[in-house]
Amino acid sequence: MSTHTLSVLVHNKPGVLARIAGLFSRRGFNIESLTVGQTEKPELSRMTVMAEVDDPLVLEQIVKQLNKLIEVHKVLELDEAAVLRQLVLVKVRSDIDNRSKIVDTVNLFRGKAVDISHESITIEATGSHEKIQALVSMLEPFGVLELVTSGHVALGRGARALTDRTRSDIRRDKESQG
Amino acid sequence: MAGDQTPEMTGAQALVASLEKLDVDVIFGIPGGAILPAYDPLYDSKVRHILVRHEQGAGHAAEGYASSTGRVGVCMATSGPGATNLVTPLADAYMDSVPIVAITGQVNSASIGTDAFQEADIRGITMPITKHNFLVTRTEDIPQALKEAFHIASSGRPGPVLVDIAKDALQKSAPFVWPGSIKMPSYRPTVKPHVLQIRQAVKLIAKASRPVLYIGGGVVRAEASAELREFVDATGIPVVTTLMARGVFPDSHELAMGMPGMHGTVAAVGALQRSDLLITIGARFDDRVTGRLDSFAPDALVIHADIDPAEISKNRVADVPIVGDAKNVLRELNQQITKVDLADISEWVGYVTGLKRRYPTGYDLPPNGELSPQYVIKRLGEISGPDTIWATGVGQHQMWSAHFLPFEKPGKWLNSGGAGTMGYCVPAAMGAKVGNPDQVVWGIDGDGCFQMTNQELVTCALNDIPVKIAVINNQVLGMVRQWQTLFYDSRYSNTELHSQRIPDFVKLAEAMGCVGLRAETVEQVDDVINQAMAINDRPVVVEFLVNKDAMVWPMVAAGTGNDEIKIARDLAPDWEEEVL
Repeated sequence: MSTHTLSVLVHNKPGVLARIAGLFSRRGFNIESLTVGQTEKPELSRMTVMAEVDDPLVLEQIVKQLNKLIEVHKVLELDEAAVLRQLVLVKVRSDIDNRSKIVDTVNLFRGKAVDISHESITIEATGSHEKIQALVSMLEPFGVLELVTSGHVALGRGARALTDRTRSDIRRDKESQG
Repeated sequence: MAGDQTPEMTGAQALVASLEKLDVDVIFGIPGGAILPAYDPLYDSKVRHILVRHEQGAGHAAEGYASSTGRVGVCMATSGPGATNLVTPLADAYMDSVPIVAITGQVNSASIGTDAFQEADIRGITMPITKHNFLVTRTEDIPQALKEAFHIASSGRPGPVLVDIAKDALQKSAPFVWPGSIKMPSYRPTVKPHVLQIRQAVKLIAKASRPVLYIGGGVVRAEASAELREFVDATGIPVVTTLMARGVFPDSHELAMGMPGMHGTVAAVGALQRSDLLITIGARFDDRVTGRLDSFAPDALVIHADIDPAEISKNRVADVPIVGDAKNVLRELNQQITKVDLADISEWVGYVTGLKRRYPTGYDLPPNGELSPQYVIKRLGEISGPDTIWATGVGQHQMWSAHFLPFEKPGKWLNSGGAGTMGYCVPAAMGAKVGNPDQVVWGIDGDGCFQMTNQELVTCALNDIPVKIAVINNQVLGMVRQWQTLFYDSRYSNTELHSQRIPDFVKLAEAMGCVGLRAETVEQVDDVINQAMAINDRPVVVEFLVNKDAMVWPMVAAGTGNDEIKIARDLAPDWEEEVL
């Protein structure tokens, strides 16, 4: 299975998430992770959907079905070069003896401690999926008490933005006004 | 436009004013608690409201109205069970791309999510079976939602839209502002085909030696029958019309091959299977047409034109995809096709027309002298003629109707294709008659289907909607029984309806204010049809008691390839001698 990352620009309205999640489930598409959040435009939200798809035709069908939803503005598949980030919070068993070892390890990953107690330390880190996995595997020997990862957020590289209007958008606007 | 003169209205008044501005002439519905505010201004409105007996009837009536007029059909229901009763017609309209708008009441906005009396999350429920849906909780949003709903339902690939309105939004007041134009940046269907794709298509058409036009319901919805005819006249390419497209090309034409698919004609199935180029317009490679996909039209390249890009390459990969409205696509093709020299396809045309001649869709008369259902349907078609609007239920009678009625004109054939909704016939016929009061509307229904929605005949009788319904009573769930005969060793589990005894359809019809007639012998058939034709002041129900063992042929068994088509039990057409 290969994982594809879709950036989906949608109306920031109640019910949109349900519509998109429902589309994936009823058409039998597998979601690996899904995040939704605000964008630079308050009326728009951006979803990052990671889907496991082997057949390019299935991926094409997902994109087309997403585009059919009235509240979806734009769908873009991000290429492998895109910046892709995930957040992890991990609570590790820790006492005074090993605390500094843990912090040293975490520093290598540019993570940080966000909570501390006599028996535990909670680490926050962001990065690619691989980096997060590497960090977690380094922490496992200490004893992971609890762990949560976010879905991925992603942006394409370079100056172009997903919210940029394309030439054809502008032309169509003019036509509809004229 | 907004300003001091903007009239203050309740949401209910705004709803009715919006419907008037949208030129709605009729609504099918039933009032109830949450939608009740809307029914008060509706009482004074020029919009006609037809009080149906079940919300499912309202939904199918809106479909029948829409499919027969090309306008948006409207149905209305209250919250909870009223709304959930619309689910089946919405799913049906979604599958067959029928433009309808459903307006439902919702509980007060403050009560949403509390399991209030008659609360159901109808927006959530209908998300997968509507083109779009709205939940309106603010009075001032009602006109905009209605305008957008009608726009979405009727543009692009048509489909059902639901507008759910909270009761307090109907009760509160706000200035009525009718939106001037609709700006929906995220919804702009492509209706004009790309010229390069058209040129690609014409190139393939010009050199194809075994081309076939595979024509679907999209050509009906786009009202592109004349453009299709022009294209066939210019190219001489044979035409198959799917169940949804029956009538869009006249069956009497030499190049009309009939219906393809599971119960298609040998000529239509054979033409698709042996083709080297499918010119697909407004069709969607449905499994009932293709049979096993991997053996469907194995040698054919595919041109696929559809207004919905998601249909293209969904089931069968298209070599030339064309996104656009069928009318525009055919117009462009007609313009470009005159500029090229076409390959000689006379040998191919000779082959497929030969198939059509040698394997006409026929039937055997029952050995015991009982009435043949196919004969009855044939006579209905011959007596009532090609100007009749036909609605059917789902099952054997539907397939026989698709074969034996006279299909000469578009927009006269209403049925539930994609969803296969038993019970569609009576309410759809009602909606069609309301939209076309001067035309003869016949419903051809089965005894199983009829017992699902016949209550709408009461609505017809009380509202001067004189439809004619033929009940093809074979006393069983015929299509299911046919499968039991063929694939379940004739073990007839739960398909016997005993409807030769109960109900008495004639008495039932009369109890509902209709004329009830019955025919049991060949001699009575023409007589009762003619009697029914003469009655125009009341609905008529004609029961035909027919043989229960009649089967629909030809047939491609589910899960097999189209080459396995049988023209009768264990009887395959002889392809060998005619391989090109």
